[in-house]
Amino acid sequence: MTPGHGQPPIWSYWIVLPVVILAWAGLAEALDTSLLPAPLTVLAALSGEAANGELWYHLGATLGRVLIAFVLAMALGTAIGVAMGRSATTNALFDPLLVVLLNLPALVTIILMYVWFGLIEVAAVLAVVINKVPNVAVTVREGARSLEPKLEDMATVYRFTRWQRLREVWLPQLFPYLMAATRGGLALIWKIVLVVELLGRSSGVGFKLHLAFQVFDVATILAYSLAFIAIVQLIELALLQPLERRATRWRQPETAHA
Amino acid sequence: MLELRIEGRSFGQPVLGEIFTTIRQGDRICLLGPSGIGKTTLLNAIAGLDHSLPDKTVPNRDKARVGYLFQEHRLLPWRTLRQNLAIVGADAADIDRVLDSVGLAGYADHLPDQLSLGMARRAALARCLVIQPDLLLLDEPFASLDPVRATELKHLILELLDRHPAMAMICVTHDARDATDLANRLWYLDGQPACLQWDAPVGSQGTVEGVVQTLRNLDQVV
Repeated sequence: MTPGHGQPPIWSYWIVLPVVILAWAGLAEALDTSLLPAPLTVLAALSGEAANGELWYHLGATLGRVLIAFVLAMALGTAIGVAMGRSATTNALFDPLLVVLLNLPALVTIILMYVWFGLIEVAAVLAVVINKVPNVAVTVREGARSLEPKLEDMATVYRFTRWQRLREVWLPQLFPYLMAATRGGLALIWKIVLVVELLGRSSGVGFKLHLAFQVFDVATILAYSLAFIAIVQLIELALLQPLERRATRWRQPETAHA
Repeated sequence: MLELRIEGRSFGQPVLGEIFTTIRQGDRICLLGPSGIGKTTLLNAIAGLDHSLPDKTVPNRDKARVGYLFQEHRLLPWRTLRQNLAIVGADAADIDRVLDSVGLAGYADHLPDQLSLGMARRAALARCLVIQPDLLLLDEPFASLDPVRATELKHLILELLDRHPAMAMICVTHDARDATDLANRLWYLDGQPACLQWDAPVGSQGTVEGVVQTLRNLDQVV
């Protein structure tokens, strides 16, 4: 058997996922309990929520929080990561803090923010940002450490401005690290935002899951989960992959003049 | 034009010793010396890339434009030749003219990694030239080129020197023939730590012969 490297072929999705759904349908049929609704029941719950507008309202609220937290965490984490990668002093200053924050459970930050600032939007977003910044900083720090010194010298000789150095020299080299931070970031932020909403907000998918949990409404829980997975995949396909293709175009092997 | 004052520097053990000299307009200096003696280190010091040296090493460097042809092309691999030249401040007309002058007309929209070694080096030379340098630094410009390409590039550099008589040049090489072809002044770097053992115009009594003889002794002459 060949070891599984890279992306599996696209057809694997068209086999594995239908099989899972069929198994789920069979099991639901056999058990016949409201605790495991059939796929069609979930679909009905989903279209019901979509029709009465609840789905869009709560997805929108969650998306908004994810977006704000993501932008803040990326900006802050990138700045800290670059500073740490370029300066031993900054690294010495921030590294112990990163170790603490990386090992601090997300739930603790969320509870503390709510206790200290109250059940408000700022506390919710801040909790997510604090959870995410260390991951971004650590990833970007690796990138900043691997910046090519030969290009730095070139930029010095040709008197690149600070902006040119950032945009023309650093950004293309940091790009893979920023993409990794983005990928990992979105996955993590989605999940933390749901917990934040579950604990202290009255809108969003997390809040909705909380309500459904209280009445053991598994169909609604699964319906929102599916909508959620669909949105994440949509962002991946419509935003991240085109961005990555565009930024790494210069790597594409073309006919070389030897 | 440029005063050079290196008062010895250390790199674990000192590489460069005391070097005091002046680079004048129109100087075509060939910097000779055995491998690993610190020729590139000296070029970096002149270009201001050696951060272990004090700023007064080249007191008026900020007034001089320096074009540096590194051993590698050091073009931005994610930018085309046109973009690479535009970033250092060339306008569109200059870009086409300079690329044409180094024999790369028609390659403006190629990426550096699409070019052969010799072409990429000529593209990097074009970048040196678009800034209209007062001082051109060449670090072994003919290394790892086949003899035909090396000769072509040498003729190209000679042509450029003719066209810009005020420009000063320092060319690192360990081939005495490059020195006699390109230079009107010779530096010979040697010793531990390395100092300029020779700093003399070409043609002064016995200089070239002396350098050639020394290099031959060091088994450096190609």
